[in-house]
Amino acid sequence: MARKLLLEHINVPGINTFDVYRSKGGYASVEKALKTMSPDEVVEEVKKSGLRGRGGAGFPTGMKWSFLAKPEGVARYLVCNADESEPGTFKDRYLMTYIPHLLIEGMITASYALGAKVSYIYVRGEMMPQIRILEKAIAEAKNAGFLGKNILGSGYDLELYVQPGGGAYICGEETALLESLEGKRGNPRIKPPFPAIAGLYGCPTVVNNVESIAAVVPIINEGGEEYAKIGIGRSTGTKLISAGGNVKNPGVYEIDLGLPAEEFLYSDEYCGGIANGKRLKAVVAGGSSVPILPANLFLKTINNQPRLMSYESLSDGGFATGTMMGSGGFIAFDEDQCIVRNTWNFTRFYHHESCGQCSPCREGTGWMEKVLHRLEYGHGKMSDMDLLVDVSKKIEGNTICPLGDAAAWPVASAIRHFRDEFEWHVTNASEAVTRNFGLAHYADPLPKPEVVA
Amino acid sequence: MLRVEETQAPVEFSPELLKKFDEIVSRYPEGKQKSALLPILHLVQAELGWLSAAAMDTVAEYLSIQSIEVYEVATFYSMYFMRPQGKYVLEVCRTGPCCLVGAEKIMDHIEEKLGVKEGEVTSDGLFSWRGVECLAACGFGPVLQIGPEYTFYENLTNEGVDKLIAELKAKGKN
Repeated sequence: MARKLLLEHINVPGINTFDVYRSKGGYASVEKALKTMSPDEVVEEVKKSGLRGRGGAGFPTGMKWSFLAKPEGVARYLVCNADESEPGTFKDRYLMTYIPHLLIEGMITASYALGAKVSYIYVRGEMMPQIRILEKAIAEAKNAGFLGKNILGSGYDLELYVQPGGGAYICGEETALLESLEGKRGNPRIKPPFPAIAGLYGCPTVVNNVESIAAVVPIINEGGEEYAKIGIGRSTGTKLISAGGNVKNPGVYEIDLGLPAEEFLYSDEYCGGIANGKRLKAVVAGGSSVPILPANLFLKTINNQPRLMSYESLSDGGFATGTMMGSGGFIAFDEDQCIVRNTWNFTRFYHHESCGQCSPCREGTGWMEKVLHRLEYGHGKMSDMDLLVDVSKKIEGNTICPLGDAAAWPVASAIRHFRDEFEWHVTNASEAVTRNFGLAHYADPLPKPEVVA
Repeated sequence: MLRVEETQAPVEFSPELLKKFDEIVSRYPEGKQKSALLPILHLVQAELGWLSAAAMDTVAEYLSIQSIEVYEVATFYSMYFMRPQGKYVLEVCRTGPCCLVGAEKIMDHIEEKLGVKEGEVTSDGLFSWRGVECLAACGFGPVLQIGPEYTFYENLTNEGVDKLIAELKAKGKN
């Protein structure tokens, strides 16, 4: 059984309260950092850990911190991105619900490292219960002297506030989040300047995902080098994977990066295979935005190597035969699921959530939704697949923020890997509205790659 | 298109509510009180059930910003209601992972059970329902939430929904 760094105490009764959390060694990272380390030393440990942003982009957290501008007399901010809304991802909700003090502790240690005197946790508005949980946890931590003025006698002051969003996927994009935190529409900003130079209220700002900030706690407690020993290659440490869809045991799992994908999906310690004894058809490995893979390509790379749950292995093969780690939103599709319907559903999501700033995304997501709707409901044409690929290519890379890419990739990859299923929706239109295409060849073992002489 | 309802009924906030507004404004630096807009709109909606133009105008006045700055925010975010709703709004997740485990059937069932279409209010004024996008609980689908507390219900079944509606009916009539 793999070691748990974040979820070790998740099942301890009362771990959501300060006293129990503290009795399990909680807030040790704050004590260690404030009493024995300089802010730069904390940043250095996070750099050494190799921690990569857990929100989806996978950018090294320590490097992001080191970019933070520090002009004299200008406030700096740490903002936690708890706007979890990537379909398939529910790890942050889980963490905030059951072990809120881990996030608060990480926020204090990280704020100290960055020199922030005021920090915000931006939580999506729908998570009002989690907002109440976090506010209670903050009050407890403040009461115990871990927040407020002169924390632990170190001379360091920090105030921490929870900010609710208003229900918008786009606010998970860091500059849209900052706009929203300033009380505006969530329209992403043009970068540069990056938030590290001009973020919240024009001041230098770091925005990190909930899980990234929580990971700072074990990194400081045990040292960056120890943390970096876990995992494989540049995928260091542990990662929370939200497993949903048709898996037998849905839930949040903490894995060592580098765990074989097959073990994650089929072992009883994790997903336990596919529910109701059905067979696996496809997997979305990192949240709805990443390319969907048929079962055979998910379990093995095109070179017949076992696929691992790591940043590198999941993207092995590029978009032709690979996918991405994303936010760790793992969605399994069983043999009864319809890829066309799911692609339409995801595209409707992106159309609904597009902020409307850039026309390729605003219009393109709507067109793709319409075309996919007509395919699913038996009015599609054979030319629609090429049309969809064409529209997706015109969105990708042509927008201010990555929502455009995120909308384009699921469509392009579904057609790349499941084209025959899309074509069947055109040739067997009346049948397609009453039954699904089924498993076809997607679960077959991969053909042996041709040896290129 | 969402539009701001024309209503002239003046809105006045209670001293208790204004005290909460003041506390929220104190979380931000001097002059950045506009940051309080989203949290304040949540409080107003919890109080009134939706955001009328008059309510938004009063918020604008309180924050010393233009009314349009409130309207553009309120219509951008999906949680704010621009017209009156049922006392209980059942918001069912309609995104991919929940659909893999039966969210569409749950929505059909709710529509049949309440006898109103998505977005409409039942004649007793107690219920409305709508599909919403991913609520970040994909492993426990289908899910629904009910404001203003945003109480959360997981692993929904038709029977579970019937029971929930019956409970809310009993509670709502008191």
